[in-house]
Amino acid sequence: MAESQRDISVSEFFAKNRHLLGFDNPRKAMLTALKEAVDNALDATEEAGILPDILVHVLQLSETRFRITVKDNGPGILRSQIENIFGKLLYGSKFHRLKMSRGQQGIGISAAGMYGLMTTGKPVVIISKTGKKKPSHEVVLKIDTSKNRPTIVSDTEHPEDDQLFADGHGTQVAIELEGKYQKGRQSIDEYLEQTAIANPHAKITYITPTNETIVFPRVIDELPDEPKEIKPHPKGIELGTLIQMLERTEARQLGGFLTGDFCRIGPTKARELAKRAGMSGQTWVKTIGHTEAEKLYESIQSTRIIAPNTNCLVPIGSKALLAGLLKEVKAEFFAASTRPPSVYRGNPFQIEVAIAYGGGLSREDSAKVLRFANRVPLLYSQSSCCSFKAVAETSWKNYGLTQPKNSIPTGSLVVMIHMVSVWVPFTSESKEAIADYDEIRKEMKLALQECGRKLGTYMRRRKRMARESQRRSAFERYIGEISRCCHALTGTNTNKLYKALMKQAKRRTEEADSQLDDEGRVVDNGGKLRKDEDVIIVDEMKDLQMGGESLFENDKPTKKRRTSRKKKTMRKRRKK
Amino acid sequence: MVKKKTTKKKTKTKTVSRIVVDKKRDALTKKKIEDFGSDVVDSSLSQREPSFEIPTRSVTNMKFNKKKRILEMGSNTQKRSLFNLGQSKKFMQSLLLAKGCRDLIDAQKTLSLRGMYYMSLHTIPGTKERTFHDQSESDTILEDLEVSLDGLREELHIFAKKRGTMVGNITVVDNGDEINCRKMGTGGYAIPSICEPNVMQFKNCDADFILHVEKDTVWSRFNEDRFWEKHNCILTEGSGQPPRGVRRILHRMHKELGLPVYCLLDCDPWGHYIYSVIKQGSINLAFESERMAIPDAKFMGIRAKDYERCDLTEDVKIDLNDRDITRAKQIAAYPWFKDKRDWQKEIKTMLRNGFKMEVESLITKDISYVTEEYVPARLKEGDFLD
Repeated sequence: MAESQRDISVSEFFAKNRHLLGFDNPRKAMLTALKEAVDNALDATEEAGILPDILVHVLQLSETRFRITVKDNGPGILRSQIENIFGKLLYGSKFHRLKMSRGQQGIGISAAGMYGLMTTGKPVVIISKTGKKKPSHEVVLKIDTSKNRPTIVSDTEHPEDDQLFADGHGTQVAIELEGKYQKGRQSIDEYLEQTAIANPHAKITYITPTNETIVFPRVIDELPDEPKEIKPHPKGIELGTLIQMLERTEARQLGGFLTGDFCRIGPTKARELAKRAGMSGQTWVKTIGHTEAEKLYESIQSTRIIAPNTNCLVPIGSKALLAGLLKEVKAEFFAASTRPPSVYRGNPFQIEVAIAYGGGLSREDSAKVLRFANRVPLLYSQSSCCSFKAVAETSWKNYGLTQPKNSIPTGSLVVMIHMVSVWVPFTSESKEAIADYDEIRKEMKLALQECGRKLGTYMRRRKRMARESQRRSAFERYIGEISRCCHALTGTNTNKLYKALMKQAKRRTEEADSQLDDEGRVVDNGGKLRKDEDVIIVDEMKDLQMGGESLFENDKPTKKRRTSRKKKTMRKRRKK
Repeated sequence: MVKKKTTKKKTKTKTVSRIVVDKKRDALTKKKIEDFGSDVVDSSLSQREPSFEIPTRSVTNMKFNKKKRILEMGSNTQKRSLFNLGQSKKFMQSLLLAKGCRDLIDAQKTLSLRGMYYMSLHTIPGTKERTFHDQSESDTILEDLEVSLDGLREELHIFAKKRGTMVGNITVVDNGDEINCRKMGTGGYAIPSICEPNVMQFKNCDADFILHVEKDTVWSRFNEDRFWEKHNCILTEGSGQPPRGVRRILHRMHKELGLPVYCLLDCDPWGHYIYSVIKQGSINLAFESERMAIPDAKFMGIRAKDYERCDLTEDVKIDLNDRDITRAKQIAAYPWFKDKRDWQKEIKTMLRNGFKMEVESLITKDISYVTEEYVPARLKEGDFLD
């Protein structure tokens, strides 16, 4: 396949298709280029078992011209490989294998380089160092668009004591391109922030075009497990793919082909499939024509085959999800849920959901939905995404939120949905939205409901607590009077009496706390939620003291102070 | 509705022995109040919920004693506890007022209901809330205290605003002062709110009966016409629903002097109910019925049939409104009215008429028609409702 593509003029292909790849306008193009570079950096460090430490520097050169520099602490790239990786479109191993990874097509970074070249005429600069004792190479290269081949502009070797890479190894890519920097939704800032949420094991330092430095710290000191590569599942392929596989297989006989090129097929199952297709395990692969292939395809569809192995999936995990969300979103309640793996069209996948509620989040706006696929944030085409539909279809009213009909809920809520899969079904090549498969949407809804139930419990408890504290304050108001009266009547020490009664008032309002909740379960005063590893409740006061700027912080501090004062006066009025 | 009393100093009575009796009674009341406080303290310190029981003062907890022909209070009680959101304030108020009563006893003074309200009124420290919202709040709590401490209001050193007037062929001794009710001018003798034997004694009674009228306008007519002199009776008035003092003095004169009691009230449900309270006792003060009710009291008028009997004009008719009709039906259904055929007939006639009449309506006949013709005629005929 790679061979056949070589024949197409890459520049023509790219010029025609750059909107498909996410380079449709300067703002989006800059984001896409940055995204490819960061995704590569993360993939490279993780595959080498290194905790990622990434520096992103976006430098504004003129109004429409930027230089993006991404530096990682990965293993570095061998000098001989540099040209191929950065100078050739569609080079790489990611396209043919079935393995969970950020990139899938192998277009990524070289396309970004080519976009830069086309818009500014400047080459890509790569500096790489593979070890402490090794020199670092600085390679400046252009892509020969007509031949899809790299042209080296210059190649410098820096001495071993070069200080660019603190760890002694790593890669730095710099691309100059035409772009536009604008904060807010679908910005580079938002992308990096969400990347930090989905990759709590990574440290990302971001120097913005306005020369501010933002550090997204590492909160988990453990690398995610390395995902395993799997063979395709027979149920997941189409007839054309089957014919292609038959043409390319190294196996000679049908039995060997089925057991060797697919997962979940043993000799018995292979015999059964061949028999149903009117062949046998000994049938020569070469003799299988279109008609036979079609029969084989039908027999695959009508036979029960065990679902693919799901250990190839590495979800972020509830704990890491919460850690990621907690550091970037200022809320008071966090809950996460990881579904067991499931399968769509023969591809294993897994859904994770985390929600954040309350705190400094805006109360009036719609909930914010953060979408991720294989740890990569999806920023565009929200409403056509399967995850967005799943959020809208979930009935949030049951969990104490308001929700307009057929829409996502309103209120201070952030919903994060992550899909991991060996093959994420995007609606287009620019990887913006997840296709709407019933199996996927069902899993998403189940995960959302799991989190929603926890939120509901929290909301009810919060209401109950408000009610109880109101009760308590009513009691407390009268306890002083009662103590004084009793002292006057009996001579008992006022203070002693006051303390005894206050103790009882406290106990009684707590007692009411732990009565049955709406679902008839005993609520042990938040203990259940506190004990739940998938839930984090932040003390509201602590939350307010947290400094720093965040895209999610919509409430201005002054406004907040005003509302709390209003609440106080209302309370006073009620007392009257 | 039912509270009033004259200022009087309980402690300043005539004889040495009486002071001793009062002191005993005060000591007993004081102990009751302090026991109430101790109960609260005990349960507080042992982490139990402080609470006390109040006999229920509602129609559901009333019994009509057919033998005695009076209303009696049943045995139902309500619990009032501190740790109940709806009751905690009332609980605090109860203690506050109990303490107030104890202080009164210690100081050997008495206060009116309103005085009591002011005595216990203050802003709760640390809040903007006052201990009482208005006097009606404290009045209710005081009644609760009365029944739950099983102490009469006068024992708590509290009296109500005094209401009610008396004149007639009798001399009373009120707190040592001899009062000749034959010589009370146009104003009459103001009946004090406390008419207990230790405060008030009867002397020189020549009257043959007691005529109780609903309000002072009617009473003035009778007094001015020297009705009590001509017919040799005692004339009382209770300004609408008679307060405790009036009911107590009527009861005592009826019991101790053997005087029959006749009532001249409006022909409407409220008049009927005043009669019912005088006769059987009130729902609110059922625990005092024994000391106040006069089961033999008679209803003289105005009767529903008086419109024809006295040949009154259209002008005196006052249409019955919905509330009147509802109330009349309620009264007809009370157990103590249910078995009285005459009363059933009376209420039915009134409802059929569709109008009510006040005693004053008789003035349309002649200024003194009521004193010169109406009442003498009824007395002569002996035409009363029982």
